[in-house]
Amino acid sequence: MLLRLARRFLVLLVSLAVASVLVFAFMQVLPGDPARVALGMNSSDEAVAQLREQFGLDRPLLVQYADWLGGVVTLDLGVEWVSKAPIAPQLVDRLAVTGWLVITAMVLALVIALPVGTWMAVRHRHADGVLLSAISQVGVAVPAFLAGIILITYFAKRWQWFPSGGWVPPAEDPVQFLLRLALPAISLALVQASMLARYVRSAVLEVLREDYLRTARAKGLRPMQALTRHGLRNAAVPIVTVLGLQLATLLIGAVVVERVFVIPGLGSFLLDSVAARELITVQTIVMVLVAAVLIINFLVDTVYLLIDPRLRVGHR
Amino acid sequence: MTTTPDRARGGARNNPTERAVTRESAPPDAPARETVLTVEGLDVHAGSTRLLHDVTFSIQRGERVGLIGESGSGKSLTALAVMGLLAEGVTATGQVRLAGHDTELLGASERRMSQLRGDRMAMIFQEPMTALNPTMKVGRQVAEVLTQHRTADRRAAARRAVELLGQVGLPDPRAVARSYPHQLSGGQRQRVVAAIALANDPLLLVCDEPTTALDVTVQALVLDLIVRGVEDRDAAMLFITHDLAVVATVCERVLVMYGGRIVEAGPVTEVLGDPQHRYTQGLVAASDLERARTGPGRQPLDTIAGNVPPAGRFPDGCVFRNRCAFATEVCEQVPPWTPRGRHEAGEHASGYACFHPVGSETGE
Repeated sequence: MLLRLARRFLVLLVSLAVASVLVFAFMQVLPGDPARVALGMNSSDEAVAQLREQFGLDRPLLVQYADWLGGVVTLDLGVEWVSKAPIAPQLVDRLAVTGWLVITAMVLALVIALPVGTWMAVRHRHADGVLLSAISQVGVAVPAFLAGIILITYFAKRWQWFPSGGWVPPAEDPVQFLLRLALPAISLALVQASMLARYVRSAVLEVLREDYLRTARAKGLRPMQALTRHGLRNAAVPIVTVLGLQLATLLIGAVVVERVFVIPGLGSFLLDSVAARELITVQTIVMVLVAAVLIINFLVDTVYLLIDPRLRVGHR
Repeated sequence: MTTTPDRARGGARNNPTERAVTRESAPPDAPARETVLTVEGLDVHAGSTRLLHDVTFSIQRGERVGLIGESGSGKSLTALAVMGLLAEGVTATGQVRLAGHDTELLGASERRMSQLRGDRMAMIFQEPMTALNPTMKVGRQVAEVLTQHRTADRRAAARRAVELLGQVGLPDPRAVARSYPHQLSGGQRQRVVAAIALANDPLLLVCDEPTTALDVTVQALVLDLIVRGVEDRDAAMLFITHDLAVVATVCERVLVMYGGRIVEAGPVTEVLGDPQHRYTQGLVAASDLERARTGPGRQPLDTIAGNVPPAGRFPDGCVFRNRCAFATEVCEQVPPWTPRGRHEAGEHASGYACFHPVGSETGE
């Protein structure tokens, strides 16, 4: 099992390296001189040359790549080209904001989807199961930003139960933090919960047909007991796969939802940096997002091993 | 298969008088044994399709009864109906009663049934490869049936699970208890399933082709341990198979099922040695290796003409008449049950339902 984990970890490192090359190369093939783009089209040649020299843009590409990657790994990211604000502390702060948002949304989605999806499977021949299934189908079709706008319209504007946006760090004021986290997290969670519930439903339906569930019933377990004690863990493998994919989509979905709720997360940071033409910052944020997705996939693989003992036997 | 009355009793239960029934081979004229399972007029429907019709039989304490017939004749369905484990949408009517419980089981609540299942009545399934939960250690799966029925607390159940695994002939039961199903072979897994089924010393053990999926070399071993387990507990056994040789070695009495009905029943030697129903005759002929090997001109095995119709497509009247060479107009009526000899378990224990039984052609 350890061997298998080590191998997966190696794969993770290699993928990260390949991803960094791709992200770097992608930024290089963008047309135009990044220094001129950053300073604006009307900037003087001297100013552009100065910026190029100051940030080493005139060095060979390989040196630039090594310098950037070294900075990313050591979290020594330097300063933004134009505003001269240090990048690293901003990145850490905003990563924390997006982290709160994404993880809260994911937990919410799980808490909703597990019981609802299971219910949909157990009652799939009955009206309530079919109805829930239809509702989840609609939920899948609602994009997160639309859910966000609807939530703001009713819960923030009409009934004024929640603030319509902004952000307060949890250490500063926990109550305000939760109030401001609620709507964006819910708007992200609704879609994910709908999708996840459908996957839970099919995974549980699959498990309900398994022989070992009948064995459990023959042992004297009531249907729900048999399902929760013997079924859910076995249904978890496909669910965890989807969960990993969903976390990745949530990160991307957060970019838009952060805009709607005016939240200073990674998504807003990315859009702001694009607007300010800070290519090196954009490059770094994209790398962080890609790394997050790869790490999530690695964690999913690890969780498989914990769930299913059959996978623990390393193949030769 | 011999009985060893002094073998370790399965029961760590609190009611020794109920359990400690020493089974000696009953003399032929012994008084009737207690009836453990009674099935009367069992009908099973899936929607409007009738899958079982008027299935009636009983099994006595310590009696091993075989249930034979081709695939699709309703054997497994009978077992599942008795256990109350029919799939959603499949309904049973009629009567199923278990000794010591006055309530009729078909109408019993799920709660009541789950108290009986795994405790008073247990089942061994056909496919050992998929019958165990792949993500739970084997010891816990055995222990669960004990804690579920409060036979033992967690600790005692874990200890008892190891004992049970040893009793079904698994070498190094401690190691087996700690392993996952995929680390065991098919034969070993079926032993585990047997250990689970026998854990609470059930009154009735239902076996649905427990050795069909196993290697021939392992079959005899697993059969032997199941039969010994049943004998030690003086339990009743319903044994489903399509292998007549297995029935002949394991069972005392046999029920022949076709088209969702019991068409013939009786002691194994009578039914298989001198079948009355034309379907049984066909089944026996199809298994008669002896004649195929030594008969004149080395004839191929006889087969029964035609195929088993899909569920709900059996003819009315005698269900076998569309495949039977002896069928006449009268077979459009349901043939009445003709008792054969006298059996302590009643007239349904031995007899047949056929208008043209074997040997009747000379008389007409």
